[in-house]
Amino acid sequence: MNIIVCIKQVPDTSEVRIDPETNTIIREGVPSIINPFDENAIEQAVQLVEEFGGKVTVLSMGPPQAEAALREAMAMGCDEAVLVSDRCFAASDTLATSYVLSAAIRRIGEYDLIFTGKQAFDGDTAQVPPGIAEQLGIPQVTFAIGLEVEGKKARVRRLLEDEFEVVEARMPVLISCVKQMNDPRRPGIKAKLAAKKKEVTVWDSACIEAKACLCGFDGSPTRVVRTFAPTRDIEGEKFEGEPAECAVTLVERLIGEKII
Amino acid sequence: MDFTFTEDEQMIIDAVHELGSEELQPHASEVAEAGEFPYEAIEMCREMDIFAIPVEEKWGGLGFGFLLWGAIGELLSYYCQTTGSVFGAHVLAQYPIMEFGTDEQKEKYLIPLTSGEHIGAFGLTEPNAGSDAGAVQTKAELHGDKYILNGTKIFISNGGVAETYVIIANLDPSKGTRGLTAFIIEKGTPGFEFGKDEKKMGWDALPNRELIFQDCEVPVENVLYKPGRGFRVAMGTLGVGRIGMAVGAVGLAQAAFDAAILYAQQREQFGQRIAEFQAIQFKLADMATEIEASRLLYQKSAWLKDQGEKFEKIASMAKLFSSETVSRVTSQAVQIHGGVGYTREFPVERYMRDAKLFEIVEGTSEIQRGIIANLLLRENHI
Amino acid sequence: MAIYIEKAKCTGCKLCIPSCPYGAIDMVDDKAEFNENCTSCGACAYACPTGAIVLEMAGKGEVDTTQYKGLWVVGEVTTEGRLAMVTAELIGEGRKLADELDTDVSAVLIGHEIEDLARRAAGYGADRVFVVDHPTLKRYRTQPFTNVLTGLINQHKPEIVLIGATTMGRDLASRVAARIKAGLTADCTELTINAETKLLEQTRPAFGGNVMATILCEFTRPQMATVRPKVMAPLELDESREAEIIHIPVSIEEKSIATKIIEVIKDDSGSHVNLTEADIIVSGGRGLGDPKYFALIEELADVVGGSVGASRATVDAGWIPATHQVGQTGKTVHPKLYIACGISGAVQHLAGMSSSDCIVAINKDPDAPIFGVAHYGIVGDLFEVVPAMIEAIKERRGDSA
Ligand SMILES: Cc1cc2nc3c(=O)[nH]c(=O)nc-3n(C[C@H](O)[C@H](O)[C@H](O)COP(=O)(O)OP(=O)(O)OC[C@H]3O[C@@H](n4cnc5c(N)ncnc54)[C@H](O)[C@@H]3O)c2cc1C
Ligand SMILES: Cc1cc2nc3c(=O)[nH]c(=O)nc-3n(C[C@H](O)[C@H](O)[C@H](O)COP(=O)(O)OP(=O)(O)OC[C@H]3O[C@@H](n4cnc5c(N)ncnc54)[C@H](O)[C@@H]3O)c2cc1C
Ligand SMILES: Cc1cc2nc3c(=O)[nH]c(=O)nc-3n(C[C@H](O)[C@H](O)[C@H](O)COP(=O)(O)OP(=O)(O)OC[C@H]3O[C@@H](n4cnc5c(N)ncnc54)[C@H](O)[C@@H]3O)c2cc1C
Ligand code: SF4
Ligand code: SF4
Repeated sequence: MNIIVCIKQVPDTSEVRIDPETNTIIREGVPSIINPFDENAIEQAVQLVEEFGGKVTVLSMGPPQAEAALREAMAMGCDEAVLVSDRCFAASDTLATSYVLSAAIRRIGEYDLIFTGKQAFDGDTAQVPPGIAEQLGIPQVTFAIGLEVEGKKARVRRLLEDEFEVVEARMPVLISCVKQMNDPRRPGIKAKLAAKKKEVTVWDSACIEAKACLCGFDGSPTRVVRTFAPTRDIEGEKFEGEPAECAVTLVERLIGEKII
Repeated sequence: MDFTFTEDEQMIIDAVHELGSEELQPHASEVAEAGEFPYEAIEMCREMDIFAIPVEEKWGGLGFGFLLWGAIGELLSYYCQTTGSVFGAHVLAQYPIMEFGTDEQKEKYLIPLTSGEHIGAFGLTEPNAGSDAGAVQTKAELHGDKYILNGTKIFISNGGVAETYVIIANLDPSKGTRGLTAFIIEKGTPGFEFGKDEKKMGWDALPNRELIFQDCEVPVENVLYKPGRGFRVAMGTLGVGRIGMAVGAVGLAQAAFDAAILYAQQREQFGQRIAEFQAIQFKLADMATEIEASRLLYQKSAWLKDQGEKFEKIASMAKLFSSETVSRVTSQAVQIHGGVGYTREFPVERYMRDAKLFEIVEGTSEIQRGIIANLLLRENHI
Repeated sequence: MAIYIEKAKCTGCKLCIPSCPYGAIDMVDDKAEFNENCTSCGACAYACPTGAIVLEMAGKGEVDTTQYKGLWVVGEVTTEGRLAMVTAELIGEGRKLADELDTDVSAVLIGHEIEDLARRAAGYGADRVFVVDHPTLKRYRTQPFTNVLTGLINQHKPEIVLIGATTMGRDLASRVAARIKAGLTADCTELTINAETKLLEQTRPAFGGNVMATILCEFTRPQMATVRPKVMAPLELDESREAEIIHIPVSIEEKSIATKIIEVIKDDSGSHVNLTEADIIVSGGRGLGDPKYFALIEELADVVGGSVGASRATVDAGWIPATHQVGQTGKTVHPKLYIACGISGAVQHLAGMSSSDCIVAINKDPDAPIFGVAHYGIVGDLFEVVPAMIEAIKERRGDSA
């Protein structure tokens, strides 16, 4: 079984702030991590290959530093890693990102399954996985919480708002994974050291035959025109004192405002 | 002298930081409270290859030095004292086999201790032999190709849980230290049973059991090093063990200090944060200084060991100074917390209880001073 | 966007024919050819095994944006066959935007036996409702819905398309946008029309709620956005309101669809909590100290008619299933009332709930960051405060009954 996992290196969002002067995102000094849902995707892929044999190729589009995320993925058990990196990929929106990733996947070649995370912590759109599936012309099953593979069919359990849906899809299929799918392994030191020595294949736009007009800024129909810090101008009211009395005051207030 | 870490080593340290902060620390109080062996935490350490650090690659290790091993031990104790203590006790079986074992013994015992598949323990102390190792009365008698052991060990860390035990017995109690012999004994060997698990002031989740040997047969090939040379094995082991104790003490002290400096900046009295009182500031300054000095001492001893130089005197100094440091620092951390520090709501009371042991185990402070003085006088003999 | 057949690559296998929802493919001299019914939906390109059918994107500035008119809301039908609330919300918001553009609002309803819902959409303010009714569309599936919606968009050329940012909406909108190569903004919480350019300004949270971004789609049409449920306000339902209802006939073969729904499991075991839909959420954190005290949280949730949420600390400790987790790695919620009990308010938790209309924090630490986002805070022991609240609410209820 050949599996491709798409992972994104993201800033640890707990440390992301907006520069109040320029209103841009401050990324300096913010540690990078593998997008947490992508770890679930990796885990799922590695488990399947452990069971059925085959190969897991992990793929990321990003700057050269994203190599660190790919090495971490190899430490978790992925066999090969591909980084697609090119200046012309910068400022890609989800459409351009999925174009580049699908071009890279074509170059990787044969696959039975593609796993992605449900959504990335930074961009937060959840739009790349369907974008990749569309551009490859394969079915997608998003928000997967469980998976069984039988022959050429994947039976996927999806996590919807208030129900589970079990979907059967023909392979090859792209599956986006949610957190509850599994418990990603923590790679051991040996695996980490071994992964450091492994090769990460780096492709630029020419290697994957990506058209410049469909990548990066030129290939992106959306444009972020402004970023700003969310206003949390809450005039909070704090009750201190006898807890039981505070509770009653609060309940009165909530009822008064028709909140309950 | 260079205590900087290579890129690979730093990566390992970062990974253990992550393990500690995400998996160990959140359960540390719970584990101690429950008083049960932290199987889950140890399993996670095993999966991370943490027990493989100082062992040659040939035996499944990672081939790093004791300087890195110390940094890792410090982190484990920092995040979870229980896990740190298991790690510290484990090496007391792993190290002597690595240092004194034959290739056959290494193949059979060192590999699983290094992968973490087996946990190790070291048994020297007996009811009548504590500081005085020469008084060991557990007797080993040679009968053909077997030794028959009789006697009782006490306080043995990891006892009952461990699969592999390095036991110091005496061929002839009348010969004192010259009769001592080290044996590798497997859990489950007929005639080897476990007795009482001690209830303690701290280190609640570390098992400290009696090991009872009654006509326990041990094949001659399980003699570690040479018959009658067990004192050398024991002292070699304790030399490294002292680095381990210093490492644990520094980790625990750092945890107490971090809790204290945080609390000092949160708690307000007399209309200001207590961290603004000079009395509190001086405490913090002293605590941090002593921790830093302790760390440098253990790092120096580990570095000397890694260079293949004599490290025993500095290791004793590190053990002595850091164990007294951790007692003072944890006590001050409770002091800075005031009343809540004395309650079980905050971990510092546990840190203080845990701290005391460092001054006792693996050679009391008095014994360390004796060792240091002896070595000094030998060095400065006129 | 353009679609064409590379005749040289066509093997005449006819696989594309059943894939076309609009009966738009004929075989001419053993080669496929599009007829006038073709909507450029792209479904056939997907079915062709030889890649003979090519979808091509127009470059930047190549789309004639003036051709696109009107605002669309893509409706969502719940498992029970009702119109999802988010659809009504989007129609309400769409009305406001459409008025500024001097255009009208159409709703697109895709499903099976949904005639009543079309009238409801009208009642909520749609001027026109496209109804696509077919048994294969009974329940949402990516492929047939994408084909149908893409076809409609290509044919009618709306200027703006809004879809609820639900699991269905996010799945569908992304696929359609990728097919028609349109810009799509995710999970918007604010939409405005720029007075000068008449472009749709789409504002959304990113970076786990730490950052807000305003996004434009200047060169492609339609301008597409998924919009968070419970953010926009629906209009009052007016059953007498009339709308033009347009039925779009489609033919879809079940066997041409790559996925099959095997089963749908409604989760009322409590392990699956629909936090995202709840109006009131009562959440517990590590301050509870023990899993058994979640009973207290449940009791408060019961008396106020809410659902139970949780911080990750409690989920990680195994006190409560992960489906209850609110925050960056859990659910993002925006109820009318969020009561946080014994939750410190780590940024990752705030990311999931700080947009709630009213936040109440109960924490014994006066400096807990949760108070920074709380409209009302009680500094105190939750074991005293929560029972007192339950008591007080019960008392008030007793009074009024
Ligand atoms: C503040 C802000 C707001 C934005 N809003 C929008 C918007 O509304 N619409 C839009 O089109 N673009 C938007 N973008 C651009 C968007 O973030 C980027 O295109 C980004 O590269 C991909 O989107 P995402 O992070 O949302 O990924 P998601 O679609 O959320 O990612 C889901 C999964 O796709 C895979 N994946 C995503 N990116 C990569 C990658 N680079 N390499 C490998 N696998 C990957 C991973 O498995 C990931 O878990 C925005 C950017 C910023 C900074
Ligand atoms: C939690 C715990 C874990 C342990 N784990 C292990 C283990 O894994 N393996 C193992 O073998 N042992 C273990 N021990 C035993 C430990 O090493 C001994 O307790 C320690 O060496 C001291 O011995 P003792 O208790 O017999 O004290 P004693 O030797 O009786 O000492 C009592 C006091 O007399 C002082 N004293 C003794 N001799 C002298 C002297 N010559 N000069 C000055 N003062 C002196 C001591 O410093 C001390 O203050 C453990 C003990 C505990 C409590
Ligand atoms: C990548 C990443 C993703 C994360 N995602 C999420 C997420 O999605 N959701 C999430 O919640 N967290 C998430 N976290 C974890 C987050 O950082 C916090 O650790 C977590 O939210 C803390 O949970 P808590 O508030 O319940 O616990 P604590 O921070 O321990 O807070 C407990 C609070 O209870 C109060 N308290 C204690 N006893 C009482 C009492 N008797 N009465 C009243 N108050 C009391 C205390 O004062 C304290 O403020 C994430 C972390 C990371 C690193
Ligand atoms: S309507 Fe769609 S499926 Fe039919 S021919 Fe046109 S593009 Fe192909
Ligand atoms: S599916 Fe492709 S190859 Fe087959 S008839 Fe249609 S266009 Fe030709």
